[in-house]
Amino acid sequence: MSEKFTIEIISPNKSIIKTESSEVVIPSFEGEMGILKDHIPLITFLRPGIININAGSEQKFFVEEGIVEFSNNNLLILSSTAVEVTKMNKKFIDSLISVSEKKLDNNEISDKERYLLSYKLETLRNINQ
Amino acid sequence: MPSLDDLKKRIKSVKSTQKITKAMKMVAAAKLRKAQENAEKGRPYSQKMQNIILNLTKSISDPQNAPKLLVGTGTDKTHLCVVLTADRGLCGGFNSNICKLAKTSFKKILSDGKNLKIITVGSKGLDQIKREYEKYIIKKFSFKDRKEITFKEAETIGNEIVNLFEKNEFDKCILFYNNFKNVITQIPQAQQIVPADKTPIKKNEENLSYEFEPEEDEILEDLLPKNISTQVFKAFLENAASEQGSRMTAMDNATRNAGDLVDKLTINYNRSRQASITKELIEIISGAESL
Repeated sequence: MSEKFTIEIISPNKSIIKTESSEVVIPSFEGEMGILKDHIPLITFLRPGIININAGSEQKFFVEEGIVEFSNNNLLILSSTAVEVTKMNKKFIDSLISVSEKKLDNNEISDKERYLLSYKLETLRNINQ
Repeated sequence: MPSLDDLKKRIKSVKSTQKITKAMKMVAAAKLRKAQENAEKGRPYSQKMQNIILNLTKSISDPQNAPKLLVGTGTDKTHLCVVLTADRGLCGGFNSNICKLAKTSFKKILSDGKNLKIITVGSKGLDQIKREYEKYIIKKFSFKDRKEITFKEAETIGNEIVNLFEKNEFDKCILFYNNFKNVITQIPQAQQIVPADKTPIKKNEENLSYEFEPEEDEILEDLLPKNISTQVFKAFLENAASEQGSRMTAMDNATRNAGDLVDKLTINYNRSRQASITKELIEIISGAESL
């Protein structure tokens, strides 16, 4: 028995990746979540962070939001913002950071937004290093 | 009987029209391939989104407190119709088909004594609907200046719809667009997006009990507005492909018609030329004979 399950990341325009993996770590709204084969059916959504796919070699995707469904050993991630980390250039990341910082300075945003933005900044800064 | 010169001019003008339609057809064909690809790539996203929502709805324990976007406001007094059309003409029945379908629904809504609100996207539909239903139009969108429509544009419209809903501006929202089936068939469609459509795409027997993190309602609250944008985006993609397909067939027909016309005119032209030559010959011969 192989220990792998299929993972698929889909954006509104196209299917970004479809592959098999033995372990995927997703930044779920309530904390990082590692998913292995035969996980029970699950629906959750994402906060900004890194999706880490372990399929022999590691593949990382940056997401800002998304919905995750796991059923029958199919992990499905719907996100309109998924980008592979290696394909992000510094300029792009910097622009994202400055936009988020500006938003965070605004005092009128809700706690939930603040929570999401702070995660976004943290992840982006980590990538930048 | 038009003179030879007139015929010549007409043939020339029809030929240049043919050149234009031919070029347009080729441009449409090239664009179609891309648009079709996009539409097909975009389908899984919206379908799976719909699926997840279905699974979520199944497991909602307390329908009374479910988000309003899902179950509706309980009444259907005010209908919001979003009509998606193209910004350009010369694409056969594409725009009029959508408008025709939309207008039939408008009539029905009004005759049922309900309120009607209209949002138009794309300038061509606006022109057609304005004539009869101008006072119902509450918002107009046009993305004429955009080269390509991305998820962002769909989100603007999606957010607008959600905003209106939160202000209790409407109870039911219907989306009108053309569904791309293949190059020659595009089916105008009315899709209800608020309250969410709960008919399953295909029947799946298994009823998995999902684990939710956070709670169902919280996920739904986040997901439903997103779903609206997604459905709008899907409609955009389908529409874009349909527009190009429709234009391609229309221009193909136009090119063929122009060809037929040129043939007919050329025969006419040759005949009248021959007639005038014969006439001149007869005149010369009869003149010579009389000498």
